[in-house]
Amino acid sequence: MIPTRPGLVRQIVAVIHKDLLVEWRGQARLLAMGTYAVTLLLLFSFAVGPDTKTLQQHAAGYVWLALLSASTMTLTQSFRVETEAGALEALLMLPVDHRAIYFGKALANTALLVVLACLVMPVAAVLFDLSAAEGLYWLLPPIVLGAAGLAGPGTLYAALTARVAAQQLMLPLLLFPLIVPALVAAVKSTSLVLQGDPMGQMSSWLIVLASFDLIFWSLSGLLFAKVVEE
Amino acid sequence: MKWENWVGLLGLALISVGHYQGLFVAPPEAMMGDVGRILYAHVPTAWVALVVYLVAFVAAVGSLGSGKRGWDALVESAVEVGVVLNLLLLFQGAVWAKPTWGVFWTWDPRLTTTAIMAVSFIGVLVLRAMLNRPAQRAVASAVYTIFAFVSVPVVYFSVKWWKTLHQPFSSPETVDSPMVTPLRVAAFGMLFLAVFLMARRWRLAYAKLSREDEAPDLPPAAAAIRLEGGGA
Repeated sequence: MIPTRPGLVRQIVAVIHKDLLVEWRGQARLLAMGTYAVTLLLLFSFAVGPDTKTLQQHAAGYVWLALLSASTMTLTQSFRVETEAGALEALLMLPVDHRAIYFGKALANTALLVVLACLVMPVAAVLFDLSAAEGLYWLLPPIVLGAAGLAGPGTLYAALTARVAAQQLMLPLLLFPLIVPALVAAVKSTSLVLQGDPMGQMSSWLIVLASFDLIFWSLSGLLFAKVVEE
Repeated sequence: MKWENWVGLLGLALISVGHYQGLFVAPPEAMMGDVGRILYAHVPTAWVALVVYLVAFVAAVGSLGSGKRGWDALVESAVEVGVVLNLLLLFQGAVWAKPTWGVFWTWDPRLTTTAIMAVSFIGVLVLRAMLNRPAQRAVASAVYTIFAFVSVPVVYFSVKWWKTLHQPFSSPETVDSPMVTPLRVAAFGMLFLAVFLMARRWRLAYAKLSREDEAPDLPPAAAAIRLEGGGA
């Protein structure tokens, strides 16, 4: 009997499993990224000065900039492991839908960024004396949607720059201008959770973030096959 | 003479006429006085920059769909001309903003979007310079051009929500009639000049890409030497 090819969802799950397993076996890397992000938070405080009020007001911005900075490492890493020893070519030769590779890797990267955010947030809360005015669970939508906003186009660009020698430079150069809307919306919505949201603006920022994710995840899913075939 | 040279000359003539009228014939702008005359340079630059980026987007879709090097050369030429106009636009804007708003820069949505647009498309040029394999470079720059173009409205609306200050778009309907003619003339002049530059740049890019295709196994510089018979 010829084994049937698993459906798209099962392929995606398999790719996520593979990526997260690779990440799990190299836990030191995740720890290093967390430490890097926390170090950035400390540096922001030193650059701004020890004024608790100012730090508190800008905390959401610092957290997201730290995550953004650390995310370029996760993203480059997710394709570095693939280009080593021609792993990507082997993956492409399998009867796997190329969209499954993209969505699998992008979801795995989103998950990693969410984990990273969960490591960084408590530290920021201690450093900047934060409290979630709108309830702690409200932090989850901006974090998940924001992480997806970075990981979606980020995964495509990591694939795009995987064979460029100066990838560490090229990835942020290409990615950062593009994700400005996601950054603005993620910072605003996170800030509203932390500072309180008397005007009820939270939902509109989350809609901006969700629309951004929708546009760029679909576009990336559409174009990824072209990028890896080359 | 090649067709684009005629277009370029026509553009130059129209720009001269438009700016002569704009500077000496048209009345000073009601609110801004003579400072407002930068309108005749600034508004055409903005329009044409967007048109040129649109050309780059269409070329990127064509390049990705067909894989033909003519489209890829058009991506290179349009993005490059677009970036030049984009930087010019930012410079004019800053020059105009200082006497009008009292600052060179403000976080207005259109300004911010224009700046982000500039860095995005400069990214395309950097990416092209970094990639040596022609097929890979064509795909990567086409994909990134599509992303950069699609992101322009998204960036605009997100920043607009973030903060707003700029006056509504200038169009012939919002401008008084003695100012319309020089504006239109200057805009067409700018457009023809951009077409001229894109066509010249396209020929250059196409010639270079053809060279690479003839010797795909060598890096571009070495390929050029071999074809010219200068190498071993």
